[in-house]
Amino acid sequence: MRIGDSLPEWHVEATPTFVISTAIATRDFQDVHHDRDLAVKRGSKDIFINILTTTGLVQRYVTDWAGPEALVRQVNIRLGAPCYAYDTLKFFGQVIEREDQNLTIEVVGRTGHGDHVTGIVKIEVMA
Amino acid sequence: MIDIEKEAARVAEQGESAPRLARDPVNLPMINNWLEAIGDQHPGYTEVAPPAMVQVWTMGGLHGQRALDDPLGAMMKILDEAGFTSVVATNSDQTYHRYLKIGEHVSVTSTLEDVTGPKKTALGEGWFVTTRSTWYVGDEAVAEMRFRVLKFRPAEKQEPKPEPRQAQAIRPSINRDTEYFWEGCRNQELRIQRCGGCGLLRHPPGPMCPECGATKPKYLVSDGRGVVYSYVVHHHPQVPGKQTPFVIALVELDEGVRMLGELDGEPSIGLPVEVVFTKVDDELTMPSWRPRADR
Repeated sequence: MRIGDSLPEWHVEATPTFVISTAIATRDFQDVHHDRDLAVKRGSKDIFINILTTTGLVQRYVTDWAGPEALVRQVNIRLGAPCYAYDTLKFFGQVIEREDQNLTIEVVGRTGHGDHVTGIVKIEVMA
Repeated sequence: MIDIEKEAARVAEQGESAPRLARDPVNLPMINNWLEAIGDQHPGYTEVAPPAMVQVWTMGGLHGQRALDDPLGAMMKILDEAGFTSVVATNSDQTYHRYLKIGEHVSVTSTLEDVTGPKKTALGEGWFVTTRSTWYVGDEAVAEMRFRVLKFRPAEKQEPKPEPRQAQAIRPSINRDTEYFWEGCRNQELRIQRCGGCGLLRHPPGPMCPECGATKPKYLVSDGRGVVYSYVVHHHPQVPGKQTPFVIALVELDEGVRMLGELDGEPSIGLPVEVVFTKVDDELTMPSWRPRADR
Protein backbone atom coordinates (compact mmCIF):
# COMPACT_ATOMS: atom_id res chain seq x y z
CA MET A 1 0.00 0.00 0.00
CA ARG A 2 2.06 2.85 -1.33
CA ILE A 3 1.38 6.29 -2.65
CA GLY A 4 0.10 5.94 -6.20
CA ASP A 5 -1.36 2.45 -5.71
CA SER A 6 -4.73 2.16 -7.42
CA LEU A 7 -7.76 0.42 -5.99
CA PRO A 8 -9.44 -2.06 -8.34
CA GLU A 9 -12.33 -0.49 -10.23
CA TRP A 10 -15.64 -1.46 -8.65
CA HIS A 11 -19.11 -1.29 -10.22
CA VAL A 12 -22.34 -1.00 -8.26
CA GLU A 13 -25.58 -1.64 -10.12
CA ALA A 14 -28.04 0.82 -8.59
CA THR A 15 -31.19 -1.23 -9.10
CA PRO A 16 -34.42 0.14 -7.63
CA THR A 17 -34.18 -2.61 -5.00
CA PHE A 18 -30.68 -1.46 -4.11
CA VAL A 19 -31.70 2.22 -3.87
CA ILE A 20 -34.68 1.41 -1.67
CA SER A 21 -33.15 -1.24 0.57
CA THR A 22 -30.13 0.94 1.34
CA ALA A 23 -32.32 3.99 2.02
CA ILE A 24 -34.39 2.00 4.49
CA ALA A 25 -31.32 0.34 6.06
CA THR A 26 -29.91 3.83 6.68
CA ARG A 27 -33.29 4.93 8.10
CA ASP A 28 -33.73 7.58 5.41
CA PHE A 29 -37.42 7.72 4.54
CA GLN A 30 -37.32 10.73 2.18
CA ASP A 31 -39.75 9.86 -0.60
CA VAL A 32 -37.22 10.60 -3.38
CA HIS A 33 -35.34 7.47 -2.30
CA HIS A 34 -38.25 5.02 -2.58
CA ASP A 35 -41.21 6.51 -4.47
CA ARG A 36 -40.58 7.09 -8.15
CA ASP A 37 -43.86 8.94 -8.80
CA LEU A 38 -43.03 11.52 -6.15
CA ALA A 39 -39.38 11.69 -7.18
CA VAL A 40 -40.41 12.49 -10.76
CA LYS A 41 -42.95 15.02 -9.54
CA ARG A 42 -40.16 16.79 -7.67
CA GLY A 43 -38.15 17.07 -10.86
CA SER A 44 -35.91 14.01 -10.60
CA LYS A 45 -35.49 11.45 -13.33
CA ASP A 46 -36.09 8.58 -10.93
CA ILE A 47 -35.46 7.61 -7.32
CA PHE A 48 -31.82 8.08 -6.35
CA ILE A 49 -29.29 6.88 -3.77
CA ASN A 50 -29.21 8.76 -0.45
CA ILE A 51 -26.08 10.31 1.04
CA LEU A 52 -25.73 7.87 3.93
CA THR A 53 -25.56 5.06 1.38
CA THR A 54 -22.96 6.88 -0.70
CA THR A 55 -20.90 7.27 2.47
CA GLY A 56 -21.33 3.57 3.18
CA LEU A 57 -20.32 2.56 -0.34
CA VAL A 58 -17.21 4.73 -0.20
CA GLN A 59 -16.26 3.14 3.12
CA ARG A 60 -16.90 -0.36 1.75
CA TYR A 61 -14.87 0.32 -1.41
CA VAL A 62 -11.87 1.22 0.72
CA THR A 63 -12.19 -1.55 3.33
CA ASP A 64 -12.80 -4.20 0.64
CA TRP A 65 -9.41 -3.22 -0.71
CA ALA A 66 -7.56 -2.49 2.54
CA GLY A 67 -8.89 -5.54 4.39
CA PRO A 68 -10.88 -5.90 7.59
CA GLU A 69 -7.95 -4.95 9.84
CA ALA A 70 -7.90 -1.40 8.50
CA LEU A 71 -9.60 1.20 10.69
CA VAL A 72 -11.63 3.94 9.03
CA ARG A 73 -10.92 7.34 10.56
CA GLN A 74 -12.50 9.79 8.15
CA VAL A 75 -14.82 9.86 5.13
CA ASN A 76 -15.01 13.27 3.44
CA ILE A 77 -17.20 13.41 0.38
CA ARG A 78 -18.42 15.99 -2.08
CA LEU A 79 -21.66 15.16 -3.84
CA GLY A 80 -22.29 15.77 -7.51
CA ALA A 81 -24.71 14.21 -9.96
CA PRO A 82 -27.39 12.03 -8.36
CA CYS A 83 -27.05 8.27 -8.79
CA TYR A 84 -30.44 7.23 -10.13
CA ALA A 85 -32.06 3.83 -10.21
CA TYR A 86 -30.68 1.81 -13.15
CA ASP A 87 -27.39 3.74 -13.13
CA THR A 88 -24.09 1.90 -12.84
CA LEU A 89 -21.94 3.58 -10.23
CA LYS A 90 -18.24 3.04 -10.98
CA PHE A 91 -15.69 3.56 -8.25
CA PHE A 92 -12.05 4.45 -8.74
CA GLY A 93 -9.48 5.07 -6.03
CA GLN A 94 -5.85 5.78 -5.39
CA VAL A 95 -3.55 6.14 -2.39
CA ILE A 96 -2.49 9.79 -2.31
CA GLU A 97 -0.79 10.09 1.09
CA ARG A 98 0.88 7.77 3.51
CA GLU A 99 2.39 8.60 6.86
CA ASP A 100 3.41 5.50 8.82
CA GLN A 101 0.21 3.54 9.28
CA ASN A 102 -2.08 6.36 8.14
CA LEU A 103 -3.23 6.34 4.53
CA THR A 104 -5.32 8.79 2.58
CA ILE A 105 -7.22 7.34 -0.34
CA GLU A 106 -8.85 9.46 -2.99
CA VAL A 107 -12.13 8.01 -4.24
CA VAL A 108 -14.35 8.90 -7.20
CA GLY A 109 -17.75 7.36 -7.88
CA ARG A 110 -19.03 8.08 -11.37
CA THR A 111 -22.20 7.41 -13.33
CA GLY A 112 -23.05 8.15 -16.94
CA HIS A 113 -24.19 11.62 -15.81
CA GLY A 114 -20.85 12.53 -14.27
CA ASP A 115 -19.17 12.38 -10.90
CA HIS A 116 -21.64 11.29 -8.25
CA VAL A 117 -19.15 11.46 -5.43
CA THR A 118 -15.56 12.58 -5.01
CA GLY A 119 -13.68 12.52 -1.77
CA ILE A 120 -11.05 11.10 0.48
CA VAL A 121 -11.01 8.32 3.04
CA LYS A 122 -8.45 8.21 5.83
CA ILE A 123 -7.61 4.82 7.25
CA GLU A 124 -5.14 3.36 9.68
CA VAL A 125 -3.58 0.02 8.79
CA MET A 126 -1.77 -2.56 10.90
CA ALA A 127 1.97 -2.05 11.28
CA MET B 1 -36.92 41.55 2.88
CA ILE B 2 -35.28 39.02 5.16
CA ASP B 3 -31.71 39.77 6.23
CA ILE B 4 -30.37 36.24 5.91
CA GLU B 5 -26.96 36.98 7.39
CA LYS B 6 -28.55 38.55 10.46
CA GLU B 7 -30.91 35.61 10.88
CA ALA B 8 -27.99 33.20 10.45
CA ALA B 9 -26.04 35.03 13.15
CA ARG B 10 -29.05 34.72 15.45
CA VAL B 11 -29.26 30.94 14.82
CA ALA B 12 -25.49 30.52 15.25
CA GLU B 13 -25.62 32.40 18.55
CA GLN B 14 -27.92 29.73 19.98
CA GLY B 15 -24.92 27.41 19.86
CA GLU B 16 -25.11 23.67 20.24
CA SER B 17 -28.54 22.11 20.15
CA ALA B 18 -29.66 19.92 23.04
CA PRO B 19 -28.47 16.29 22.70
CA ARG B 20 -30.95 14.10 20.85
CA LEU B 21 -30.80 10.45 21.86
CA ALA B 22 -30.83 7.73 19.19
CA ARG B 23 -33.99 5.62 19.06
CA ASP B 24 -32.00 2.46 19.71
CA PRO B 25 -28.61 1.63 21.15
CA VAL B 26 -26.03 0.41 18.63
CA ASN B 27 -27.32 -3.06 17.79
CA LEU B 28 -26.56 -6.07 15.62
CA PRO B 29 -29.88 -6.36 13.74
CA MET B 30 -29.57 -2.81 12.36
CA ILE B 31 -25.90 -3.40 11.55
CA ASN B 32 -26.79 -6.59 9.69
CA ASN B 33 -29.57 -4.87 7.75
CA TRP B 34 -27.09 -2.19 6.74
CA LEU B 35 -24.38 -4.70 5.74
CA GLU B 36 -26.90 -6.70 3.75
CA ALA B 37 -28.22 -3.67 1.85
CA ILE B 38 -24.76 -2.19 1.16
CA GLY B 39 -23.48 -5.66 0.29
CA ASP B 40 -20.55 -5.31 2.69
CA GLN B 41 -19.10 -8.68 3.74
CA HIS B 42 -16.59 -7.19 6.17
CA PRO B 43 -16.30 -9.84 8.93
CA GLY B 44 -15.40 -7.38 11.68
CA TYR B 45 -18.79 -5.90 12.48
CA THR B 46 -19.96 -8.37 15.10
CA GLU B 47 -19.05 -6.29 18.17
CA VAL B 48 -18.60 -2.86 16.66
CA ALA B 49 -20.60 -0.94 14.07
CA PRO B 50 -19.36 0.20 10.65
CA PRO B 51 -18.18 3.78 11.25
CA ALA B 52 -20.16 5.08 8.26
CA MET B 53 -23.33 4.04 10.14
CA VAL B 54 -22.86 6.75 12.76
CA GLN B 55 -25.53 9.01 11.29
CA VAL B 56 -27.94 6.08 10.92
CA TRP B 57 -28.30 5.71 14.70
CA THR B 58 -29.73 9.19 15.11
CA MET B 59 -31.87 9.44 11.98
CA GLY B 60 -35.32 10.83 12.67
CA GLY B 61 -37.09 7.81 11.23
CA LEU B 62 -40.33 7.49 9.32
CA HIS B 63 -42.21 10.20 11.21
CA GLY B 64 -39.23 12.28 12.28
CA GLN B 65 -39.64 15.94 13.18
CA ARG B 66 -36.74 18.31 13.54
CA ALA B 67 -36.17 19.55 17.09
CA LEU B 68 -37.03 23.22 17.57
CA ASP B 69 -33.42 24.07 18.41
CA ASP B 70 -32.03 22.22 15.39
CA PRO B 71 -29.96 24.88 13.56
CA LEU B 72 -30.25 23.27 10.12
CA GLY B 73 -34.04 23.12 10.46
CA ALA B 74 -34.12 26.76 11.59
CA MET B 75 -31.92 27.88 8.69
CA MET B 76 -34.00 25.91 6.17
CA LYS B 77 -37.12 27.66 7.40
CA ILE B 78 -35.54 31.11 7.10
CA LEU B 79 -34.32 30.39 3.56
CA ASP B 80 -37.67 28.89 2.55
CA GLU B 81 -39.33 32.14 3.59
CA ALA B 82 -36.75 34.11 1.59
CA GLY B 83 -37.72 32.12 -1.51
CA PHE B 84 -34.82 29.66 -1.55
CA THR B 85 -37.12 26.68 -1.49
CA SER B 86 -35.04 23.81 -2.89
CA VAL B 87 -32.24 21.97 -1.18
CA VAL B 88 -29.39 19.74 -2.20
CA ALA B 89 -26.60 18.32 -0.05
CA THR B 90 -23.10 19.11 -1.30
CA ASN B 91 -20.62 17.88 1.33
CA SER B 92 -20.45 15.38 4.14
CA ASP B 93 -17.19 15.15 6.07
CA GLN B 94 -17.29 12.54 8.80
CA THR B 95 -14.56 11.94 11.34
CA TYR B 96 -14.71 8.86 13.55
CA HIS B 97 -12.80 9.17 16.83
CA ARG B 98 -13.42 5.52 17.60
CA TYR B 99 -15.62 2.59 16.59
CA LEU B 100 -18.97 2.25 18.38
CA LYS B 101 -19.59 -0.90 20.38
CA ILE B 102 -22.85 -2.79 20.43
CA GLY B 103 -24.97 -1.61 23.33
CA GLU B 104 -23.63 1.96 23.35
CA HIS B 105 -26.34 4.58 23.10
CA VAL B 106 -25.35 7.67 21.14
CA SER B 107 -26.86 11.13 21.11
CA VAL B 108 -26.21 13.94 18.66
CA THR B 109 -25.93 17.70 18.86
CA SER B 110 -25.69 20.23 16.08
CA THR B 111 -24.37 23.76 15.62
CA LEU B 112 -24.56 26.19 12.74
CA GLU B 113 -21.04 26.73 11.48
CA ASP B 114 -21.41 28.92 8.42
CA VAL B 115 -23.93 30.47 6.04
CA THR B 116 -22.55 31.86 2.78
CA GLY B 117 -24.37 33.52 -0.06
CA PRO B 118 -26.06 34.44 -2.18
CA LYS B 119 -24.09 32.43 -4.73
CA LYS B 120 -24.95 31.83 -8.34
CA THR B 121 -24.84 28.08 -9.05
CA ALA B 122 -25.82 25.84 -11.92
CA LEU B 123 -29.01 25.00 -10.03
CA GLY B 124 -29.93 28.60 -9.31
CA GLU B 125 -29.07 31.30 -6.81
CA GLY B 126 -28.65 30.00 -3.30
CA TRP B 127 -26.97 29.89 0.08
CA PHE B 128 -24.53 27.31 1.40
CA VAL B 129 -25.38 26.26 4.93
CA THR B 130 -22.79 24.33 6.93
CA THR B 131 -23.55 22.60 10.21
CA ARG B 132 -21.40 20.56 12.53
CA SER B 133 -22.88 17.54 14.28
CA THR B 134 -21.19 15.75 17.15
CA TRP B 135 -22.11 12.28 18.37
CA TYR B 136 -21.59 11.48 22.01
CA VAL B 137 -21.60 8.39 24.20
CA GLY B 138 -22.21 9.96 27.58
CA ASP B 139 -19.87 12.96 27.59
CA GLU B 140 -17.38 11.46 25.16
CA ALA B 141 -17.44 12.81 21.60
CA VAL B 142 -17.15 9.73 19.37
CA ALA B 143 -17.72 11.15 15.90
CA GLU B 144 -18.21 14.44 14.08
CA MET B 145 -19.67 15.56 10.81
CA ARG B 146 -19.45 18.76 8.82
CA PHE B 147 -22.48 18.81 6.57
CA ARG B 148 -23.14 21.37 3.85
CA VAL B 149 -26.28 21.93 1.85
CA LEU B 150 -27.14 24.36 -0.92
CA LYS B 151 -30.52 25.94 -0.36
CA PHE B 152 -31.49 27.50 -3.66
CA ARG B 153 -34.14 29.20 -5.71
CA PRO B 154 -34.65 26.88 -8.67
CA ALA B 155 -33.52 28.55 -11.89
CA GLU B 156 -36.41 29.49 -14.18
CA LYS B 157 -37.15 26.63 -16.50
CA GLN B 158 -35.29 27.40 -19.70
CA GLU B 159 -37.51 27.81 -22.72
CA PRO B 160 -36.53 25.13 -25.20
CA LYS B 161 -33.79 26.71 -27.23
CA PRO B 162 -34.79 27.57 -30.78
CA GLU B 163 -33.11 25.36 -33.32
CA PRO B 164 -29.82 26.96 -34.22
CA ARG B 165 -30.11 28.66 -37.57
CA GLN B 166 -28.65 26.61 -40.33
CA ALA B 167 -25.22 28.15 -40.17
CA GLN B 168 -22.63 28.01 -42.88
CA ALA B 169 -20.33 25.04 -42.67
CA ILE B 170 -16.84 25.85 -41.41
CA ARG B 171 -14.50 26.19 -44.36
CA PRO B 172 -10.97 24.92 -44.38
CA SER B 173 -8.26 27.52 -44.49
CA ILE B 174 -6.45 26.91 -47.73
CA ASN B 175 -2.88 28.02 -48.24
CA ARG B 176 0.02 27.30 -50.57
CA ASP B 177 0.87 24.09 -48.72
CA THR B 178 -2.66 22.71 -48.86
CA GLU B 179 -4.05 24.12 -52.10
CA TYR B 180 -3.16 20.94 -54.09
CA PHE B 181 -5.29 18.85 -51.69
CA TRP B 182 -8.45 20.93 -52.13
CA GLU B 183 -7.87 21.22 -55.83
CA GLY B 184 -7.77 17.42 -55.87
CA CYS B 185 -11.08 17.21 -54.02
CA ARG B 186 -12.68 19.47 -56.62
CA ASN B 187 -11.46 16.97 -59.23
CA GLN B 188 -12.63 13.95 -57.22
CA GLU B 189 -9.06 13.03 -56.36
CA LEU B 190 -7.78 12.27 -52.90
CA ARG B 191 -4.21 13.53 -53.03
CA ILE B 192 -1.48 12.53 -50.62
CA GLN B 193 1.61 14.66 -50.29
CA ARG B 194 4.76 12.94 -51.48
CA CYS B 195 8.25 14.19 -50.82
CA GLY B 196 10.02 15.24 -53.99
CA GLY B 197 13.32 14.25 -52.37
CA CYS B 198 12.86 10.88 -50.72
CA GLY B 199 9.34 9.92 -51.76
CA LEU B 200 7.90 9.75 -48.23
CA LEU B 201 4.11 9.96 -48.16
CA ARG B 202 2.72 12.34 -45.57
CA HIS B 203 -0.52 13.86 -44.35
CA PRO B 204 -1.51 16.48 -43.26
CA PRO B 205 0.46 18.53 -45.76
CA GLY B 206 3.45 20.63 -44.80
CA PRO B 207 6.20 22.55 -46.53
CA MET B 208 9.10 20.33 -45.54
CA CYS B 209 9.72 16.59 -45.43
CA PRO B 210 10.20 15.48 -41.81
CA GLU B 211 12.45 12.67 -43.03
CA CYS B 212 14.91 14.24 -45.48
CA GLY B 213 14.21 17.94 -45.12
CA ALA B 214 13.44 18.49 -48.80
CA THR B 215 11.08 21.35 -49.63
CA LYS B 216 9.81 20.04 -52.95
CA PRO B 217 6.48 18.47 -52.10
CA LYS B 218 4.66 16.59 -54.82
CA TYR B 219 1.62 14.38 -54.52
CA LEU B 220 0.13 11.15 -55.66
CA VAL B 221 -3.53 10.25 -56.02
CA SER B 222 -4.79 7.77 -53.47
CA ASP B 223 -7.17 4.93 -54.25
CA GLY B 224 -9.32 6.47 -51.54
CA ARG B 225 -9.66 3.23 -49.63
CA GLY B 226 -8.66 2.39 -46.09
CA VAL B 227 -9.83 1.24 -42.69
CA VAL B 228 -11.00 3.14 -39.63
CA TYR B 229 -8.01 3.48 -37.29
CA SER B 230 -9.89 5.48 -34.64
CA TYR B 231 -12.95 7.68 -34.36
CA VAL B 232 -14.98 10.01 -32.15
CA VAL B 233 -18.72 10.52 -32.05
CA HIS B 234 -19.22 14.25 -31.57
CA HIS B 235 -22.27 15.19 -29.48
CA HIS B 236 -21.38 18.58 -28.07
CA PRO B 237 -20.86 21.44 -28.64
CA GLN B 238 -22.87 22.33 -31.73
CA VAL B 239 -20.80 22.81 -34.86
CA PRO B 240 -21.97 25.30 -37.49
CA GLY B 241 -23.56 23.57 -40.44
CA LYS B 242 -23.61 20.17 -38.70
CA GLN B 243 -26.29 18.07 -37.09
CA THR B 244 -25.02 16.38 -33.93
CA PRO B 245 -24.12 13.64 -33.30
CA PHE B 246 -21.70 13.02 -36.13
CA VAL B 247 -18.68 10.77 -36.51
CA ILE B 248 -15.15 11.92 -37.25
CA ALA B 249 -12.96 8.99 -38.28
CA LEU B 250 -9.20 8.73 -38.56
CA VAL B 251 -8.75 6.48 -41.56
CA GLU B 252 -5.58 4.60 -42.34
CA LEU B 253 -5.36 4.63 -46.13
CA ASP B 254 -4.08 1.64 -48.05
CA GLU B 255 -1.10 3.83 -49.00
CA GLY B 256 -0.15 4.01 -45.30
CA VAL B 257 -0.99 7.56 -44.21
CA ARG B 258 -3.85 8.49 -41.87
CA MET B 259 -6.45 11.08 -42.72
CA LEU B 260 -9.34 12.61 -40.78
CA GLY B 261 -12.83 13.02 -42.14
CA GLU B 262 -16.49 12.65 -41.36
CA LEU B 263 -17.82 9.11 -41.56
CA ASP B 264 -21.37 8.55 -42.73
CA GLY B 265 -22.29 5.25 -41.07
CA GLU B 266 -21.93 3.18 -37.93
CA PRO B 267 -18.28 3.48 -36.86
CA SER B 268 -16.06 0.66 -35.68
CA ILE B 269 -12.31 0.17 -35.54
CA GLY B 270 -11.07 -1.64 -38.63
CA LEU B 271 -14.16 -0.81 -40.68
CA PRO B 272 -13.24 -0.74 -44.40
CA VAL B 273 -14.17 2.65 -45.86
CA GLU B 274 -13.83 4.60 -49.07
CA VAL B 275 -13.75 8.28 -49.83
CA VAL B 276 -16.79 10.25 -51.02
CA PHE B 277 -16.60 13.79 -52.37
CA THR B 278 -19.36 16.23 -51.57
CA LYS B 279 -19.47 19.50 -53.48
CA VAL B 280 -20.24 22.42 -51.18
CA ASP B 281 -19.87 25.13 -53.85
CA ASP B 282 -17.64 25.90 -56.82
CA GLU B 283 -14.70 26.61 -54.55
CA LEU B 284 -15.03 23.78 -52.06
CA THR B 285 -15.52 20.03 -52.23
CA MET B 286 -15.22 18.09 -48.95
CA PRO B 287 -13.92 14.54 -48.73
CA SER B 288 -15.58 12.20 -46.26
CA TRP B 289 -15.83 8.45 -45.62
CA ARG B 290 -18.45 5.80 -46.08
CA PRO B 291 -18.37 2.08 -45.32
CA ARG B 292 -17.22 0.07 -48.33
CA ALA B 293 -19.85 -2.01 -50.10
CA ASP B 294 -17.34 -4.82 -50.83
CA ARG B 295 -16.27 -5.32 -47.22
